[in-house]
Amino acid sequence: MIPELGQFALILALLLAGLQALFGIAGPALGRDRWTAAVVPAVAGQFVMVATAMGCLVTSFIDNDFTVRYVAENSNSALPLFYRVAGVWGAHSGSLLLWIFLLACWTLAAAFGTLRLPRNFAARVLGVLGAVSFGFLLYTVVTSNPFLRLDPPWADGMGLNPLLQDPGLAAHPPLLYTGYVGLSVAFAFAGAALLEGRLDREWARWTRPWATSAWAFLTCGIALGSWWAYYTLGWGGFWFWDPVENASFMPWLMGTALIHSLAVTEKRGLFKSWTLLLAVLGFSLSLVGTFLVRSGVLISVHSFVSSPGRGEFLLTFLGIMIGAALALYAWRAPKMQSEAGFELSARESFLLFNNILLVTACGTVFAGEMAPIISNALGLGKLSVGPPYFDPTFLISMLPLLALVPLGMHARWKRGGFGDRGRTLLIVLAASALIGCAAAFGLYTGAGVLSAVGMTLGVWIIISSLIDPIARLRRRIAIPRAVLGMTIAHIGLGIFVFALTSVQGFTAEQDVAMRTGMSAPDGGYSFQFQGTQPVHGPDYGGVEARVIVTRDGKPVAVMYPQKRTYWVQHMIITHSAIFINHGSNILVALGQDLGDGRWSFRLQVRPLVLYIWIAALIMAAGGIIAITDRRYRIAQSAAEEEASAALAGGEAR
Amino acid sequence: MIRYFIPLGVLVVVVVLLALGIHQAPRKDLVPSPLIGKPAPSFALPSLTDPAKQVTSASLRGHWYLFNVWGTWCVSCHIEEPELLAIAHTGLVPLIGLDWKDSRSQAISYLRQKGNPYQQIAFDPGGLEAIHWGVYGAPETFLVNPQGIIVYKYIGPITPHAWTHDILPRLPAGQTVRGS
Amino acid sequence: MRRLSRTRTALLAALALLAAPFAHAIAPTRMPTPALQARYERLIHGFRCMQCQDESLANSPVSLAADMRRQIRQMLLAGKTDQQIRNFFVARYGYFILFKPPFVAKTAWLWLAPGVLLAIGAVSAAWVIRRRAALVGPEDTDEDESLDDGLLGPGKHS
Repeated sequence: MIPELGQFALILALLLAGLQALFGIAGPALGRDRWTAAVVPAVAGQFVMVATAMGCLVTSFIDNDFTVRYVAENSNSALPLFYRVAGVWGAHSGSLLLWIFLLACWTLAAAFGTLRLPRNFAARVLGVLGAVSFGFLLYTVVTSNPFLRLDPPWADGMGLNPLLQDPGLAAHPPLLYTGYVGLSVAFAFAGAALLEGRLDREWARWTRPWATSAWAFLTCGIALGSWWAYYTLGWGGFWFWDPVENASFMPWLMGTALIHSLAVTEKRGLFKSWTLLLAVLGFSLSLVGTFLVRSGVLISVHSFVSSPGRGEFLLTFLGIMIGAALALYAWRAPKMQSEAGFELSARESFLLFNNILLVTACGTVFAGEMAPIISNALGLGKLSVGPPYFDPTFLISMLPLLALVPLGMHARWKRGGFGDRGRTLLIVLAASALIGCAAAFGLYTGAGVLSAVGMTLGVWIIISSLIDPIARLRRRIAIPRAVLGMTIAHIGLGIFVFALTSVQGFTAEQDVAMRTGMSAPDGGYSFQFQGTQPVHGPDYGGVEARVIVTRDGKPVAVMYPQKRTYWVQHMIITHSAIFINHGSNILVALGQDLGDGRWSFRLQVRPLVLYIWIAALIMAAGGIIAITDRRYRIAQSAAEEEASAALAGGEAR
Repeated sequence: MIRYFIPLGVLVVVVVLLALGIHQAPRKDLVPSPLIGKPAPSFALPSLTDPAKQVTSASLRGHWYLFNVWGTWCVSCHIEEPELLAIAHTGLVPLIGLDWKDSRSQAISYLRQKGNPYQQIAFDPGGLEAIHWGVYGAPETFLVNPQGIIVYKYIGPITPHAWTHDILPRLPAGQTVRGS
Repeated sequence: MRRLSRTRTALLAALALLAAPFAHAIAPTRMPTPALQARYERLIHGFRCMQCQDESLANSPVSLAADMRRQIRQMLLAGKTDQQIRNFFVARYGYFILFKPPFVAKTAWLWLAPGVLLAIGAVSAAWVIRRRAALVGPEDTDEDESLDDGLLGPGKHS
């Protein structure tokens, strides 16, 4: 009964999303006020229906209802409750429903957030979101219905992929999708501006919080995914330039460009059409990413199993949605010109460089992502594109970008220059180079030039971000939230760069074979293997090794890396042990039984790797702090006044 | 202004490429062999059935043969076994086996049980010979011509359809098995 | 437990989301000299495991990958250069086996793309800034209050 209810709710949601799109887009265009007024109720109805469908699927998982095909394929009665719930988004159909649910949440939030904006504009935003929802709901109902029954039902389910049985991964898709889907709100604001054919600085002010919050979620989602890959994939890597990782990284790069471009549009009314384009492209890339992951066109550790119809549907939807937006863009954008000027050394210029470099980086990743598909599609043979391509080409645009961050932060608007900050910046640069080189060559042995450059850049960004807040504190001037957020995000970036450089340059890693009682050195530590013992889990069994880690003869940690066999799936999973010591992550993974008491191990010491993820969280926190700035609330009340004036005597503030 | 149409143009190109990509997607797991049109690797390996004897590429020169990589551990190879026997039965082309990463006793008892379609079987327990042929899974089947050139490679279990449509048309008419 | 067949890949693919599950440490290989060891490590990281979804030989536990590592080791010990070893595998498996796409006619666009994109970006930036700089009128002064978000020099605040 419950799956049928879910299916019914899903179909109703589809109809309501269609109405939401129709009323939202056609209402203002045709001047039909009653249509326009019906948009918000449609949003509310769609949300209730989607939430019901989501609730039904979760209930089916909790109840172990193996008459439902999707539940049977992705859960098992031996699975703990927590993972039964996480199993909802463990595969294609359910994760799509999660996507739709989050879209409904964002739409509801957007409905509240645009209550005080001009009525027609708000309706158009929700109309565009309705069109996106409609596409995804249709996709789910037609090709990927999670509520299909099994006849006859299975006695028990196939279980959840063991790699997904992890708290980090359980939280990863919801966070990442929240970011992905959040970009659709920025897209909807751009769509509404294009439909209206009007874009002013107010628009940028309304859009900024949405773009920034989506970006913050995306940042957290990617970081969490990377952390998960680091500790569950077993061999201690944290970024592989895997096609699916790239699929989430491209919208992030575009989103980062967008939030910077929005700053210029808000401040100066400049880069209007460019900002619109970025908003459209950011969401396009999240659609393209969804397509790449779910259509089966690429080979990846993370991709979903595909069935033929799914790819075609998504591609058609993507083509129509983005095609319409870009056609509208080609028509409207030429009229959105501004006559404001700025000098070469102005902040506008630096933000322009920021955008160009980020878009170039994104284009590079896109080229690498598409190359195997293009090569295959055009019959040029099969091709792999991995880190040896991405690492160097990505740096081409990243190094100048990072070097310019502090200049951009301190350049003045319009006429440019740095005022008396110029000298301070020079001193900071010199100090950073000193600290960077000292850190690279002093703390570690065998540093290369790139390590010194990376550490210098990291320090340069961190210290120069602090110049302004310190100056303000000394003069007892309040720091606006927007400035505080930006400062924190940039400090996060600096920490990220520093930590990444340290990890890339100074990781010690080796595979060793050890007999009980033997020791092996790695990265300044000594690892002693003390034998194995069996382990038993709820749905797995396996062995666990005991490894004692010492440094200079002093004990540091006792680690228990495991090798688990999941019975249901017949899968062997390495569960590596991780210990954090003075900012270095020590990882021990248990390998194969080599016979006569010998086991193979992977030993890895990654200095500062933890700070890569912490830095990402700091960046995201900066974004969240920035959107709490007073100005966005004031913007809303101002818009409200305007709206109520237009309504001739609407409710007062 | 033409430049505002650039994004739309890029989108069209990307969508077309992705559409071609979907079309190719079912075959994405098959990696085409660069060895086609190239001489087959020369080898001299012990025979599975008689360790004292050798199977050599030189002895295979001068006639067509199908080089089939298999192992008793390979489930798909069990599936293709009846078709291999049928091919052997036609007498149109001899099958040369490469028993890959297998145990000799298991392989012999497997063939005794299921029937032996092969004229000769080379034994490659270490797996290095298969690398020379660019093998990345089993079963894989190569069609080699009398000059020792690899004409065609079939990846996966041979089906009757693959035999009649992909392999048979490549053999010259009137070809029959020659003893070796 | 050797399970090399294609059915295995299909089965794994059917296990949704992640299809590279046999992640465990690899039986270690010791080369006689540190220089050879370094070359070995670099080489095995640069080749794709042909049976895996997206893993290098260095991280792949499947037995074909072990065989390939053995082949690489033997070739290194026989004094082959890195390029000879790469050519050996490319001749048998195609460019697909290299994580680093080659710079040949068919793939040149990929390697040129970052540079071309950056050049387009640089030209556009120059064009935009030239145009905008010409628009800065004499009436535009530094003391444009509406632009100050407090990040300017201390001149404003002291």
